Amino acid sequence: MNKKFLFSNFFAIFISSIFLISCSNDATEVVDYDGEYKKDLGGNLINAMAGEPSNLIAMIAGDSASSVIAGNIFNSLLKYDENLNYAPDLAESWEISNNQKTISFKLRKGLQWADGKPLTSADVLFTWKLITDPNTRTPYASDYQLVKKASTPDPLTFKVTYESSYAPALDTWTSLHILPKHILKDEDINNTFFSRKPIGSNYYKLDEWLSGQQVTLKANDKSVSGAPLIKKLISRIIPDTSSQFLELTADNIDVMNINPIQYQRVFPARKDLQQKIALYKELGNGYTYLGFNLKKAPFDDIRVRQALNYAIDKDEVIKGVLLGLGEAISSPYKPGTRWNNPNLSPYPYNPSKALKLLADAGYIKDKNGSLTRDGKPLKFEIITNQNKQREMTAVLIQRRLQEIGIKVSIRVIEWASFVNRFIKTGDFDVVVLGWGLSLDPDQYNIWHSSQQGPGQFNFLGYSNKTVDQLLELGRKELNILKREKIYREFSKHLLEDSPIVYLYAGYGLSAVHKRVKGIKKPAPPAGIYHNNYDWFIPRPLRRNEILEQ
Amino acid sequence: MISYLIKRILWMIPMLIGISLISFFIMHLAPGDVTSNEASFNPKASEESRQKLRELYNLDKPVIIQYGLWVKRIVQLDFGNSFASHQKPVLWERKDKSGNITKGLIQESLPITLMINLMGIFIIFSISIVLGTLSAVRQNTWVDRSITLFVFIGFAIPGFWLALLLMYWTGVSHQWLPISGLHSPGFQNLSGFGQFIDLLKHLVLPVSISSLSGLAGISLYVRNGMLDILHQDFIITARSKGLKENKIVFIHALKNAILPLITIIGLSIPGLIGGSVIAESIFAIPGMGKLFYDSVLMRDFPVIMGILTIGSVLTLIGTLLADIGYAWADPRVRKGLVK
Repeated sequence: MNKKFLFSNFFAIFISSIFLISCSNDATEVVDYDGEYKKDLGGNLINAMAGEPSNLIAMIAGDSASSVIAGNIFNSLLKYDENLNYAPDLAESWEISNNQKTISFKLRKGLQWADGKPLTSADVLFTWKLITDPNTRTPYASDYQLVKKASTPDPLTFKVTYESSYAPALDTWTSLHILPKHILKDEDINNTFFSRKPIGSNYYKLDEWLSGQQVTLKANDKSVSGAPLIKKLISRIIPDTSSQFLELTADNIDVMNINPIQYQRVFPARKDLQQKIALYKELGNGYTYLGFNLKKAPFDDIRVRQALNYAIDKDEVIKGVLLGLGEAISSPYKPGTRWNNPNLSPYPYNPSKALKLLADAGYIKDKNGSLTRDGKPLKFEIITNQNKQREMTAVLIQRRLQEIGIKVSIRVIEWASFVNRFIKTGDFDVVVLGWGLSLDPDQYNIWHSSQQGPGQFNFLGYSNKTVDQLLELGRKELNILKREKIYREFSKHLLEDSPIVYLYAGYGLSAVHKRVKGIKKPAPPAGIYHNNYDWFIPRPLRRNEILEQ
Repeated sequence: MISYLIKRILWMIPMLIGISLISFFIMHLAPGDVTSNEASFNPKASEESRQKLRELYNLDKPVIIQYGLWVKRIVQLDFGNSFASHQKPVLWERKDKSGNITKGLIQESLPITLMINLMGIFIIFSISIVLGTLSAVRQNTWVDRSITLFVFIGFAIPGFWLALLLMYWTGVSHQWLPISGLHSPGFQNLSGFGQFIDLLKHLVLPVSISSLSGLAGISLYVRNGMLDILHQDFIITARSKGLKENKIVFIHALKNAILPLITIIGLSIPGLIGGSVIAESIFAIPGMGKLFYDSVLMRDFPVIMGILTIGSVLTLIGTLLADIGYAWADPRVRKGLVK
């Protein structure tokens, strides 16, 4: 190796970097993003997602990235409309028999798959058989195994009969993507090319999938739902949210989910971003709670649980963790929906009431100011998984409880260890975790006393006879008004018993480039993405797209 | 020499068995398995279905039996399929009966990581040799001190922080370089040369960031080696013969000073297949680091074992190559004069 060689190396690197830098884009011209534009066909929408979809067959996949992409490709029999009521999807109508055990779905006429083959009730029956087949590796079979008999009297009718009436039945038919029999009948559903090359019936079909980088969907001209306005949906996989944000500010992506700091601090300070990016918020689909191990003292004492509920300042948590972008809740249902009991309100922050309840339970302050009963101090450990918001929540709670003399320690654990080492074994005091705000009100798996086995979801050990009865009743009642009454009653008992402290339901925050029009603001209960087939990008606002062929 | 080589290669077999055994057991010591990821903590997913999955993947059997099953497959070079719902093969692509190809996970990620790391090593070594030589020749001057300061700042600076700053500066405020990813959207419509330039542009930042922290070690190594050599008798002889200083430094001294680097290059072969999780996440590069990290979080045992096995084979081969390379480059080693 000599000097000349080294120098030529460096020279080459130097020159090439100058060359690279010089092929850059020119300044962008000024466009009026706020003007009025007519609906326009075409254009590409680029969004960012943190994880790559695993498998586009939703019954096999478990990740949210997969269900987002698959939702654009497949249809179910029913769907939720923007106000979260049942609406036709593949089925144009449905009928429930008088004994409430049989549902018959009438499919729309002339349905077809993206490859042009007709879509009939045989496909629906095939999908049902697939998900209930013991060889199919799906975690979601149990709802469909309740169907005693399924039949197809004619190509447009699909009929299911349940053993006994099952109220969440209609909800289960909104989430089962109907799959094409003609392609899958000889395939092993667990391991098939179809999971990466799906043929569906919805607005979009798969165009190209660059592994680990991006998934491109294009408009399906045979869509059974009508034609979408935007021609291509491109999902770029960018794991780091700061990088996503840089891409958004550099105009390389149109849509991303943002965090409260970006929403409340970054955007208000950046005029340049406000000009081209619109922010949306909608109530998310989950809530965060503090849950007690009810099989362990002192949490088996309702007075202790209620006291802790009074001692935690939920507004402070919402302000501190979510910068105010969340709501305090008092039932496990989305505020504003039918199931939410409007007469309930969260436990207010009231430390003196908390102390009084604790005194009733036998806890008095010793000379150091810590609460003790029979010489033993009141102390416990909060465990949570590695989730920044939950960690911050735990810290705020720790401080408030310390003020009234309760010693709290916090432990943050990696997810798989968290579940196996602590949740499944019941070896914990208190958890900070989250549950989904489900659209169907059935909460049997979480709160019924029979669901306490290892790996089941009533891991807090909640057991209340009245609640058990209500949950059983609610599962059988198909009359929506009677059902509403049952679940409002259930929420009331749950709030009084205080097995968990409802902390907050956070808002889902999205940033969307203003070139995208047709988004409803304020967001309907079903969220802004609900009508994404109706979004459009007016021609003058499109990127100088080399993508356009 | 030959018998030494054969002995070395035969020794690799018990080493590999030991490595795989230890990795397999450590992996199973961590609580949880593939059925306990966050997405499956969903009231709609039943415990029976998770149990079914455990049985299917033999996760309900004792660890030693699972290890036996794994060895049985691996001796036929079958790395198996991922436990994830995509069921991709761990190592290499597979074709189904109608001709659809599913690519292997390592097959997809390895070329990307390899490309970045090779470029990184090339840059690290070229720059380090220059910096190291320069600071040795100008020992204890401001040149030496500022080079040392520079490489240590590069070593100490948090990569992700610098990465974000550079992404902002080159990508958002000046739009010189793309921010993340490997290809621009519309990559497929570019000409071959255009695709090459597009890829290079995407690689400038990740490669520079990943090289920066490596500069300090190697350049100091070169500097110390160089100082050592420059004080040896044969250099004094060369000087007294009246050889030009440039010739002394770049031909006689440098050649000897960079000899130990062969060992370092050999030892960095296994590092070639490993990527940095943080860099890959920030730059949205689907490389080996992210693949391994995600597999560990998911408890995707076949993928973890696949990467570890390939990594340990490469480590053993790397040390072997380093020894051979050393013997080739240094006649004293070849003749058994030094150990």
